[in-house]
Amino acid sequence: MHGRPRKASKPEEEAASAAKAVKLRSLQSQFMKNHHDKIYTEEAIELSTKLLEINPEAYTAWNYRKLAVEDSLSRIDSDPNLVNSILDEELRVVESALRQNFKSYGAWHHRKWVLSKGHSSIAHELKLLDKFQRLDSRNFHAWNYRRFVVELTKRSEQDELQYTDDMINNNFSNYSAWHNRSVLLSSLLAQNADGFMPNERIPDEYDLVHSAIFTDPDDQSGWFYHLWLLDQTLNVETPLLTSSWPSHGSTIILSGAGCLNGSSSKFTTFCSESGSFPLILYFDQAVGGVSSSTVTIDSELKGNEDLVWEPISYKNSQVSCVWVTHLKYVSTDLCEYKVKIRVGNSPGIVSSRGHNFRAPYEFVFTAHVHDTVKDSQEGIVSWTDGFDIWDAKSKDLNSLITLDQLQAEIDFKWRQEAIDSEVECFGILSDSKIGKLTLARLLMAREAMVSDDAVKGVRYEEILQLYNDLMALDSSHYQYYKDEHSVAFLHKMTSSSESLSRHLFRYRGMNNLVCLRLNNLSLSRIASVEKLLFVQMLDLSHNELHSTEGLEAMQLLSCLNLSHNRIRSFSALDSLRHVKQLKVLDVSHNHIGKHSVDTTRYLCSSPLSNSEWSQDDVGRQNPGLVTKYWDAYFVLRDLNLKQLDIAGNEISGNEFSSFVLQVVPKLVWLDGQKLGN
Amino acid sequence: MQKLDIAGLQNKDGSFSGDIWGEVDTRFSYIAICCLSILKCLDKINVKKAVDYIVSCKNLDGGFGCTPGAESHAGQIFCCVGALAITGNLHHVDKDLLGWWLCERQDYESGGLNGRPEKLPDVCYSWWVLSSLIMIDRVHWIEKGKLVKFILDCQDMDNGGISDNPKDVVDIFHTYFGVAGLSLLEYPGVKPIDPAYALPVHVINRILFTK
Repeated sequence: MHGRPRKASKPEEEAASAAKAVKLRSLQSQFMKNHHDKIYTEEAIELSTKLLEINPEAYTAWNYRKLAVEDSLSRIDSDPNLVNSILDEELRVVESALRQNFKSYGAWHHRKWVLSKGHSSIAHELKLLDKFQRLDSRNFHAWNYRRFVVELTKRSEQDELQYTDDMINNNFSNYSAWHNRSVLLSSLLAQNADGFMPNERIPDEYDLVHSAIFTDPDDQSGWFYHLWLLDQTLNVETPLLTSSWPSHGSTIILSGAGCLNGSSSKFTTFCSESGSFPLILYFDQAVGGVSSSTVTIDSELKGNEDLVWEPISYKNSQVSCVWVTHLKYVSTDLCEYKVKIRVGNSPGIVSSRGHNFRAPYEFVFTAHVHDTVKDSQEGIVSWTDGFDIWDAKSKDLNSLITLDQLQAEIDFKWRQEAIDSEVECFGILSDSKIGKLTLARLLMAREAMVSDDAVKGVRYEEILQLYNDLMALDSSHYQYYKDEHSVAFLHKMTSSSESLSRHLFRYRGMNNLVCLRLNNLSLSRIASVEKLLFVQMLDLSHNELHSTEGLEAMQLLSCLNLSHNRIRSFSALDSLRHVKQLKVLDVSHNHIGKHSVDTTRYLCSSPLSNSEWSQDDVGRQNPGLVTKYWDAYFVLRDLNLKQLDIAGNEISGNEFSSFVLQVVPKLVWLDGQKLGN
Repeated sequence: MQKLDIAGLQNKDGSFSGDIWGEVDTRFSYIAICCLSILKCLDKINVKKAVDYIVSCKNLDGGFGCTPGAESHAGQIFCCVGALAITGNLHHVDKDLLGWWLCERQDYESGGLNGRPEKLPDVCYSWWVLSSLIMIDRVHWIEKGKLVKFILDCQDMDNGGISDNPKDVVDIFHTYFGVAGLSLLEYPGVKPIDPAYALPVHVINRILFTK
């Protein structure tokens, strides 16, 4: 129990406590009888006062008093003096209850209820709050009540901001004051209020928060405020297009199902049974409103007039960073087509924060439709051989990858200056945890702003070293730094075509698929996917991944190797449901079925998250197995797999294998075995 | 028994009141959504508005408070993240930002979790913080072994039960959250508990996977 030490109590203390309990019980039962019989006499009300003085948490007693107040008010013909005396008595009772327990929800709400009647003076309230907030400057009830009073009195946000100044100057270790400051300031910044332009105001705020962080680097009060300021510095409100597939100036080869005739092409080859290929747009923030009217497509490919654009996101959301549509082509029409795309042609693309996409962007690519040999052999995909290394100097790499962000001109100057000055500042603090972490974040932010090839990527080694230091320095949060390390590593790898090409291969077995091999890198997290949209085959084996979050953008992916990772459940593969091309999946030697806690249970679209679901034959025939293997059921039935490897997981076994075959009847290969018809 | 109309407590802005007297708090949003989901009656309320209100309580540190503008608090974060999880709306959560805030609740010395920055660790946050971290898939960011030790250190070895911290007297509330926390930490011998409903996983699965 909060604030009550564990010790053997003396007999006299026990006796006193028993006597108190008897008194409270008798008071409570008398009170409940009054409440039940609707007795609102002076005596009865006084009894509830006594009860609340002993126990301010008695919600029913507060509600009883509201009934009593309404009863009294209804019988006094709105005589203002009488009204005030009734309501003042309520305020007095609340005040004394709060002295007893400052955290009583019921007492605070009762005060709001009385004030909302509009008869009492509110001038007194801020003074009372000052008194309370001096006693406990972190009490969130008092802060909430303060915001309520401020709204009622229409006190200005500037005045309240000054109040947070005073509180912080009095004691910088006041997270509540920093929090309220962030609420007020973001409102003032959003209004572009006088003196609150981001480029003027944010540098001053950095100075203020330094006073907290540099006084005591271990005190967390300023940490989150600093991170919020960094976010404000980087936040370019207007959404921008980051990348696309196909990229500007690229050439792709399209063919029908099966193998391509003489497939030695240096371009990306895309085979499709449905005769369509994806067109992917990747924005720097979640946007809505991508449609055939906001994105126009000019090409001779027939039948693409009313394209449907889909957000690649969780089903309930109509906003996403990634949008995809499918362009149709006829595989017998051998020809070369130019396709011109104009994004933001008419207004309508809007970020989730409500800002318009304002910089129309145009890009062009060439599509060759090639002949195919009808060869329906369905060979097994091997991850051990059949890979050709990529010639790093060849030009086709550049046509594949657009590493430069497709960004419009933005005013980066004050943002860069602010970050440079922070980098300098935190360099001094780099022996502390928050110093190192902040420095690493600042350098990551700085790298994202660099467009000059000569200095691009030069800070990544330093960032990786900072995260290595942090893993040793603060081992409790080892995995957090490890994840950040993986993100920085992937940013580094994708920062130049030279470093990326070291991991690129062609897979001979299937039309020279473009394969990215990131195996054995101890990656615990996926990042930089926006630069990897062209990848068709991805080897992530022998890493430390526990989820496929992020891979949903890779709409070309047809083969994925996740063997020897830390996947705990099929629900962790939920993002793959968006990857409709995926045919080959290896999740062997993971941790599926080993743990009782499923950390992606609610991040997966299923009845648990109240998603609509239709009952199929498998569900009707085997309700028990569906409940037992729900994660495999809901994820696998949405994939179009031909080849699946699940051996080496706790879940593996005959029962599970035969269940998988029912859920994925089109499967050809399971754990290396070809399945009979 | 008097009939209780949970759906009737939803306000125009999507929020929920605790009772007819109109106290509004995201705790009540969670309670309403949790009950109605178990009863398979979520269609009785405006889920979209309920979600919008919860999202309006999201703060710049990634956490959630009682009402718009109110400071983040681990208990309140559980309520909001839980309600978003149940309704399939976790995409509104900034998982990395909130995950960092939540994992920094772990006290380096004792291994226990607190509910807000610069506060003391308390066993009940083993539930509020851990369940939220699990729902957003960031629970690997804390050190589980240290937290198990903290909870076990809060046991009263003579009389049974678990307290808020090793020095205090035990109570039912902290005993429940201590055991629930151990379940979320996969402590041997404790059955799995659902992080959104705080009920056994097999019970929730039986209810929700049955048409």
